[in-house]
Amino acid sequence: MNLHEYQARGLLKAAGIPVPDGDVATTPAEAEAIATRLGGTVVVKAQVHAGGRGKAGGVKLAKNAKEAREHASKILGMTIKGLTVEKVLVVPAADIATESYAGVILDRASQRPVFMVSPAGGVDIEEVAAKTPEKIMKLGVDPRYGLLSHQAMQLAFFLYTDLGQVRAAAKILQQLYRAFVDAGASLAEINPLVTTPDGAVVALDAKIGVDDNELERKPAIAALRDASSENPAEVKAREAGLSFIKLDGAVGCCVNGAGLAMATMDLVKYYGGEPANFLDIGGSSNPDKVVTALEIITSDPNVKAILFNIFGGITRCDDVANGIVTATGRTKLKVPMVIRLTGTNEELAVQILQKAGFSALTDMDEAVERAVELAGRTA
Amino acid sequence: MSIFIDRDTKLVVQGITGRDGSFHTRQMIEYGTNVVAGVTPGKGGQKFESRVPIFNTVADAVAATGANASVIYVPARFAADAVYEAADAGVRLVVCISEGVPVLDMTRVMPYLREHGVRLIGPNCPGAISPGKAKVGIIPGSICREGGVGVVSRSGTLTYEVVHQLTRAGFGQTTCVGIGGDPIIGTNFIDCLEGFQADPETTAIVMIGEIGGTDEQQAAEYTKAHVTKPIVGFIAGQTAPPGRRMGHAGAIISGASGTAEEKMAAFERCGIGVMKRPADVVPLLRERGATP
Repeated sequence: MNLHEYQARGLLKAAGIPVPDGDVATTPAEAEAIATRLGGTVVVKAQVHAGGRGKAGGVKLAKNAKEAREHASKILGMTIKGLTVEKVLVVPAADIATESYAGVILDRASQRPVFMVSPAGGVDIEEVAAKTPEKIMKLGVDPRYGLLSHQAMQLAFFLYTDLGQVRAAAKILQQLYRAFVDAGASLAEINPLVTTPDGAVVALDAKIGVDDNELERKPAIAALRDASSENPAEVKAREAGLSFIKLDGAVGCCVNGAGLAMATMDLVKYYGGEPANFLDIGGSSNPDKVVTALEIITSDPNVKAILFNIFGGITRCDDVANGIVTATGRTKLKVPMVIRLTGTNEELAVQILQKAGFSALTDMDEAVERAVELAGRTA
Repeated sequence: MSIFIDRDTKLVVQGITGRDGSFHTRQMIEYGTNVVAGVTPGKGGQKFESRVPIFNTVADAVAATGANASVIYVPARFAADAVYEAADAGVRLVVCISEGVPVLDMTRVMPYLREHGVRLIGPNCPGAISPGKAKVGIIPGSICREGGVGVVSRSGTLTYEVVHQLTRAGFGQTTCVGIGGDPIIGTNFIDCLEGFQADPETTAIVMIGEIGGTDEQQAAEYTKAHVTKPIVGFIAGQTAPPGRRMGHAGAIISGASGTAEEKMAAFERCGIGVMKRPADVVPLLRERGATP
């Protein structure tokens, strides 16, 4: 789960990191009021889970409160990469002397949190890593001890020469690590970490991505989820315990297991079609989950055919069959459906489906090819 | 032979009285696995299905039964501690089936296990099966048969699909290992490749990866340097959009890294036969000289 910039800023602030004043607004009037309170030039920033906000016109400089209101009225409601902007952050325009990058990520390869700092901040850090890797310092943290003081100093000396700034940055890095752990983050970054003309070190923009597996034990972080910024079908799926991602194709897929679900999408493409979604109904699925899955798939107007691909292990094929029968009994399908079932209780499932007028295949390739044909070749 | 588990595996089940734990313990026993003990705090002294003794702690179970491997079916929030407990009790192998273990927990678990010399498979994995010998986890025994193919995979049902194709064509397996779909896991592809290469009964290897991370690329480099047996591989997620978590916590393309394309290119470069779809497994193995 990704946090909005204003939420990430709040967590950094709570950890003691200096962040500029500012607040979040949902209406132009609120934006104006915040700008009035701040005084002077402000920046109005769209709060959406998308990169490239600036390029899309979602970040604007306002010389006064009236201008802040005007910008907010344009930015609120605009769509950036398919997401509607519902909130803007209003912050004072900072005087910047230097821009650096500071971040900590969970590194898969070294199996520990890794700090990355760079004096080349304010730009995409992946680009810095690709073009000028010598401008990045990396340091692995033993999670049992955290970021030690001398490690924080070592990183800070890579950014600054002034000892006052080095000490300030080292303190911020340790606070950033604490915020990272407290949030259950997989990524926490400050970009840019700036120095102001008077020498202060300040976090200007923040990004935090949370490990979804942490949400159960961190209710305060889970409460930061902004369902309005997500695809409604994906929200519905998550609430039903399904893993669903909407795509743009015509073959609606319903599969058990994430790996098989991906492989099914790939096979749809292999046979010349395009998948409409990724959908994993999970391991021990009950018929209710199948009903919700079908509702979600059929609510997508792009879907021209539905494909079930179930490999029964823990999942019982008869459970899935019952779900299909229940769901299609409730609302009549408008598009053709291909069902592939194999494994645990396969025969029982076939009987259930046949009684309801459906037929089932046992071969994955055959089923996918058939579904692509029915959806009409899109590629 | 086989890797990690065999007829000498003496298994303790952590969470034996839970919904998943009890169901799969029955299946494991039915398959012939030597399940010597179960653990559920507070139920020590009882028996599971009137045959497997239950203990309050893994230490008690190991002391009384000599268990040398553990399998974990506890809810995610207890899983990390269950792994520590198994390591402290002295088992050599821990298989963690639980899904949803926080990744930060795993960053602390891994150095602990290294210090204790314990192998972990998982978390968020289907476990392992050595057909005809033992099954630890949830892989359905019915789709496997004894034979010479070593299978290692990040997935669950996709593994079953591929194993099913192998079995149908007469290609049995030495061991099938589901290493799990999380970003930080105990046993990786290379550990399994090393085991399969050293195992005299394994005559061919199938590797099933997916998008996210660079484990498959590293495994490909390892293969080039150390694996002499016929080997084929599949990568799931060729059509996955970047930046989205495809079910598995580890299955996410970040930036330009971790794509299926990059992984398949690494396979190709390092001499691993690239399966474009699961059904390619048998023809590709035959092409590379493998026989059932």
